[in-house]
Amino acid sequence: MAALCEGYTLCGLVPAVNRRSSEIKGIEEERDSDHVIVTDSSRSVTLYKVSDQKPLGSWTVKQGQVLTCAAVFNRLTNEYVAVSDNKVIRIWKEDDIILDKAFKATVSADVRSVHCAHGAEPAVLFQRGAVRLLDSLLSAPQQPVEEVLVQDEAIRWSTNIVTETQQMVIFTTELKGDHFLYLQRLKPNSVQKYRLEPEEPGLSPLSFWASYRDKNICLLYLYPNGRVYQSLVSVRGPAPDDGAQAVPLPRDQLLSLPVGEELLEAASAIFLDDAHVAVVGVPHPSAGPGKDFLCIWNTNFQTLQAAKEMAGKLYGQLWSFSSKLFIPHGKALSVIPFACPRSSLALALGKLKQVKTEESKTSTVVPSWNTILHGEEAAPPKTAEARKTRTTRKMQSSLSLTIDQVQDLIKTAPVEEVEKEVQELLSRQDPKDPQPSLGQLALALVSRSLADPKFYSSRALTQLVPIRCLSHSVCPDLLPLALEKRDYFLCQLCLLFFHDIPEAVTCACLKTFISLSDADAERLSLEPDSVSFVEMLISNERAQTGLQNGFSPALCEEDRTDAVDDPKAKAKEKQKASPQQTCPVGKHKAALINEVLQTAYSEALLLPHLKDFSSDQVVLFLRYLEFLYLRYSTDGFSQMHGYRSPSLNQVMDWVCMLLDAHFTVLVMSPVAKGLLLNLQSFVRSQVRLFSELGKIEGSLQELTKMKMKKDVGQYSIEVIELY
Amino acid sequence: MGEFKVHRVRFFDYMPSAIRSMAFNSHTERLAVARADGAVEIFNFADNYFQEKVIAGRDGRSIEALCWVGCRLFSAGLDGEITEYDLENLRPRYSIEAYGGPIWTISGNSEGTLLAAGCEDGTVKMFEVLEDRIQFQRNLSRQKGRIISLSWHPSGAQIAAGMMDMIRIFDSETGHATHRLLVDRGVGASKSREVVVWSVAFLNDHTIISGDSAGKVQIWDGLTGTLIRTHLVTKWDVLVLAVSQDESSVIAGTSEGTIVQFQFISSTVGQQDKLWVRTRTFKNHSHDVRALVHTDSAVISGGMDTQLVVRPLLDKVEKNTQESALRKIAFPHRNLVSCAKKAGLLLFQFPDHLELWRLGESDRNGTPGESLPVNRKPEKLIQLKTKGEDHICCSALSPCGSWLSYATVAAVRLYRLQISSNNISIQKVSKLPRELKSVHQLCFSSDSCRLFASSSFSSVVVVALNQTDCKYLHTLKHKSGSRQPIHILSPSEDGQWLATANTDCEIHVFNLRKMKLHCSVPAYSSCPTAVSIHPTTGNLVSVHADQQIFEFSLKQKEYSEWSRQLQRQGLHPLWLQRDTPVTSISFNPNNPAHIMLHDVFMFCIIDQSLPLPEAKTKFYNQMILRSLPQPQRLRESHAFKTCKNFQHLLSVNLLEDLSLVVVERPLVDIVAQLPAPVRQKKFAT
Repeated sequence: MAALCEGYTLCGLVPAVNRRSSEIKGIEEERDSDHVIVTDSSRSVTLYKVSDQKPLGSWTVKQGQVLTCAAVFNRLTNEYVAVSDNKVIRIWKEDDIILDKAFKATVSADVRSVHCAHGAEPAVLFQRGAVRLLDSLLSAPQQPVEEVLVQDEAIRWSTNIVTETQQMVIFTTELKGDHFLYLQRLKPNSVQKYRLEPEEPGLSPLSFWASYRDKNICLLYLYPNGRVYQSLVSVRGPAPDDGAQAVPLPRDQLLSLPVGEELLEAASAIFLDDAHVAVVGVPHPSAGPGKDFLCIWNTNFQTLQAAKEMAGKLYGQLWSFSSKLFIPHGKALSVIPFACPRSSLALALGKLKQVKTEESKTSTVVPSWNTILHGEEAAPPKTAEARKTRTTRKMQSSLSLTIDQVQDLIKTAPVEEVEKEVQELLSRQDPKDPQPSLGQLALALVSRSLADPKFYSSRALTQLVPIRCLSHSVCPDLLPLALEKRDYFLCQLCLLFFHDIPEAVTCACLKTFISLSDADAERLSLEPDSVSFVEMLISNERAQTGLQNGFSPALCEEDRTDAVDDPKAKAKEKQKASPQQTCPVGKHKAALINEVLQTAYSEALLLPHLKDFSSDQVVLFLRYLEFLYLRYSTDGFSQMHGYRSPSLNQVMDWVCMLLDAHFTVLVMSPVAKGLLLNLQSFVRSQVRLFSELGKIEGSLQELTKMKMKKDVGQYSIEVIELY
Repeated sequence: MGEFKVHRVRFFDYMPSAIRSMAFNSHTERLAVARADGAVEIFNFADNYFQEKVIAGRDGRSIEALCWVGCRLFSAGLDGEITEYDLENLRPRYSIEAYGGPIWTISGNSEGTLLAAGCEDGTVKMFEVLEDRIQFQRNLSRQKGRIISLSWHPSGAQIAAGMMDMIRIFDSETGHATHRLLVDRGVGASKSREVVVWSVAFLNDHTIISGDSAGKVQIWDGLTGTLIRTHLVTKWDVLVLAVSQDESSVIAGTSEGTIVQFQFISSTVGQQDKLWVRTRTFKNHSHDVRALVHTDSAVISGGMDTQLVVRPLLDKVEKNTQESALRKIAFPHRNLVSCAKKAGLLLFQFPDHLELWRLGESDRNGTPGESLPVNRKPEKLIQLKTKGEDHICCSALSPCGSWLSYATVAAVRLYRLQISSNNISIQKVSKLPRELKSVHQLCFSSDSCRLFASSSFSSVVVVALNQTDCKYLHTLKHKSGSRQPIHILSPSEDGQWLATANTDCEIHVFNLRKMKLHCSVPAYSSCPTAVSIHPTTGNLVSVHADQQIFEFSLKQKEYSEWSRQLQRQGLHPLWLQRDTPVTSISFNPNNPAHIMLHDVFMFCIIDQSLPLPEAKTKFYNQMILRSLPQPQRLRESHAFKTCKNFQHLLSVNLLEDLSLVVVERPLVDIVAQLPAPVRQKKFAT
């Protein structure tokens, strides 16, 4: 899971009252990732050391002059380059104090921007589309500069890309509502022109972002309707034919961000890595219309990975340098470190080991990634599918008015009516192809419940949860709401059907379940399968005998083998051992805890939350886990039933985590001592078993070796017998 | 049931020769295989891949190409000659010099009227195939550089020739080259080396497929002479190509020992635009794949590692049947070992020499499973080099150990041996009767005073031997009209009968007292692989290539009751699934009910007094029987007592003292003697 860390302020900003953009013109990386130069929109360039949050130097042009493009740092020469008043190129070093005394040169045409990528020569982009390398320009500053763009065509955005072999400047232009992408290669010079596919009329891209990966330039752009597209431009590309013809540029829709009623005004999206996109200025999917959010989306799984509300107005500006996001908001420029671990399926879903039940039960109702990625019904690739649902959502909501009507109804109507309508609506749905917009109903229900404490429709929600279209990222408030309303059946359903529950929420559930009193728990009506599993577990807890998996509870106290021969000692041992064999919690409570055990989690994120548990809770939970473990290992029934149940591995993982989180507390606590001793002897017996198995393996190997060794040589006389 | 003292012999350094070329005749289903020593072998694919004929090679004859024209087999080699074989007498019929230097390839057109030979001097020579010979017709226009490979267009109007760095297409009418297809050299260091087009295939739709020394398989349009597609298959050479009959599949053999299959299929299902797509890779060889045949249902390959591999294409055959099993033929289907039962001598036949060994001795007896100390080591008594260039095609040692005979294509030689404990003398019998020529099989009678030699037209020459001279007695002939060579000679112990089997699947029994045909065993469709006459009952036991066993009573001239019962009940499936033929049958004089037979992987004693195994009983039951107590053992046992202790058996013989001699040649020993394969990068090395 990607995460946004706590941010800090790099510098204050003069609040821009009526301007759309902030006063920051640009931020560029300086000598290393810890140094940036910030160009503000008036006259000054400031060098900051980011980790210290302090400026190291600042340069200002004279009153009356204006910096017209963001300053860049040329690493090859350790010089700064900026342009003032469109035509004057200024170059200075860090120890130049007064900017006016530094080098300047006036060129013959208006400069749009200067770009300088890592280790490359600075390139100058003129407003009319021509590109020059800074060196060649300075050798003859007054050289004529051609016009590449036609009349009325204007550059909207530009950047600089350096590949292994080539440096190139890419920029986008707008001409009468059409958008074009220019790919200007340098050394040798050639230009390629692409036409962006038009979006809905009147919509222009709000932001662009380009990165180079796998021999392709990857262009990311965001439209005001919340759609994020990606286009791949091959670096090698077709043979340059002077860019006479604009090649249409195919695009892929990566994300369709929720925008609410109105279009976005100031927003931007940038790639953090190949699977994560950071978006600023787009509303959080479940936080109402406010747009002051910085979000990280995973494009592969279409999930919201992290979000942060920013104080003050956002300007739709966002920069990212080496795992730090730079975002101007309100009166400050904030630096927010982030982490985007490589998004594997396992990480995105946590540890999801229980394949068996996955297949038998949940896959019929809930889209598990296993079935989407590998399953029979998921022929289109995952993103395509997810994308489709997202694009159709909009369409369908406009087509099927009934869902909209119900949604409106939810906002006002009493509980009974809402429940009736929802049930009716669901009964009309084709269970095989539920509409994604149904998820909106749950959202509406939850937000009504949050707003109106008297309103809570458990029935409608429990009907909605088992539908494919809902997940925790779509409706993050559902599970906390259910917890708050003590609707544990709904909690159980959420745990069962949502695969993306954050570890914090999982832990909150667990905590509530553990501290639930057994009397309360027995009154609950829960999912029957899970309860009957626990019933079975408890009912034949006495029935078991014999050695399984090399472990006999009679032997676990001491390593005395003769205890088996002595019936009295055996009985005694058994008596001693039997208390652990009773389930420490009631069956409903156990069913709820089982549900938590089966959820996906990732250990690193779960551990801190586990530490919040009180020692009583820990001991109770541990006793329950031990009970489960004993039950599983003393008879082989974890495999033999068809119930949805935690696997032995899951139980073991939780035991380990719990011990990790609370070991010191447990060691000190007298209540837990017996428990720990039991576990330890248990583990020891298992270790013994495995060492015995190892010995057997060794002797078997020796046997096969002996057979091999018989070398006959060239001649022998043997005696054989046939029967 | 029986304890045996076994002489386990591993000092026969039999080394098969590498496979150079193969040609498959799809009408007769015969595969001709040429080996590096010049030998040609004929396998009958219709009859369980039985190796029915072997034409011995010759020093200096190196066959580069084989070609069937109808039922006639031609070969050509670097000696510059084209040879036609006489498949009835197992010898070259004639050779003619092509006068173009070494010949790299020959190819017949589809009508069978012309034979094209590609020569070192850059000419493609056309030979007209006449009734009894071939005649030079003309040269196609001469090129610079040798012609390595040839392929006729099925219409016969064009012929494609693979050369150095290029492929030429000739108009076979005019003889002019019409196209020149330039083949790219390899990259890097091999850029400077000429690329050799090892193999070309000219398809009906004028597609030309080539395999070359840069590791490429290339698809060309033969009409325009343009390259359509290149598949880089290996870092080493693509040595050979083979096309299926329907031209929908092509296989390419490489120096790495892999075989890559290409199929002409459409890239997406249901579309018409077909292209050649690389589909499967087989790896059954450790060394160069030099020869390939693509039959309708299998890929047949051979190469440096000397094994012939039949790899069924699993989409063409029914799964989990005998037909779908991979078959590796590593050993000849005939005996290269003769054993003097009375003298305890072994004669090993090599292509150009013979070795005579005396077995070791042990004076101790042991319990089953034990190895006895060897008192006297085995000893090589004689190594006899052949005279002349021709290789040995058969050899025999008399049971008493005093006569030794071998034959080449040109001549038969007979030696008299005198072996005492420390004195060995060998003396050539100088005057042999004129009738002893063109011999393909030799055999001595059990009393060592007759020599039988199978000769042309399926006849047997009988020669009487005595201390001083040898005398022609008679030529035994049968009247079936078959001219196929006799590959098995089996005299009876009492000297009354001689059984012969030829590759027309006929078994004839001659009465040696009357010197005339006694009877012919009813013909069975599969070729006999071993025939023997029981010493006491006078029954003839034959085992055939399809693993069937028959017992025929020579007195009643009908199948014996046991044989009928065996046919009624059927053989055990595991017996039928074995893929090497039984190559010898012998009998235990102490127990007339016992028949001993062996193939490469087992030897077996059939006890005719015991019940035959049912299909569901456990066939290989020796281990189980061993663990059972004696009375129960008898109830559980069945007629087939199989011993798999010894593997890669070339010969099993029962000596007079009832000890067994097994001659093993472990495959690993053969593999160890092969040259190193091309170096391949293995992971983590």
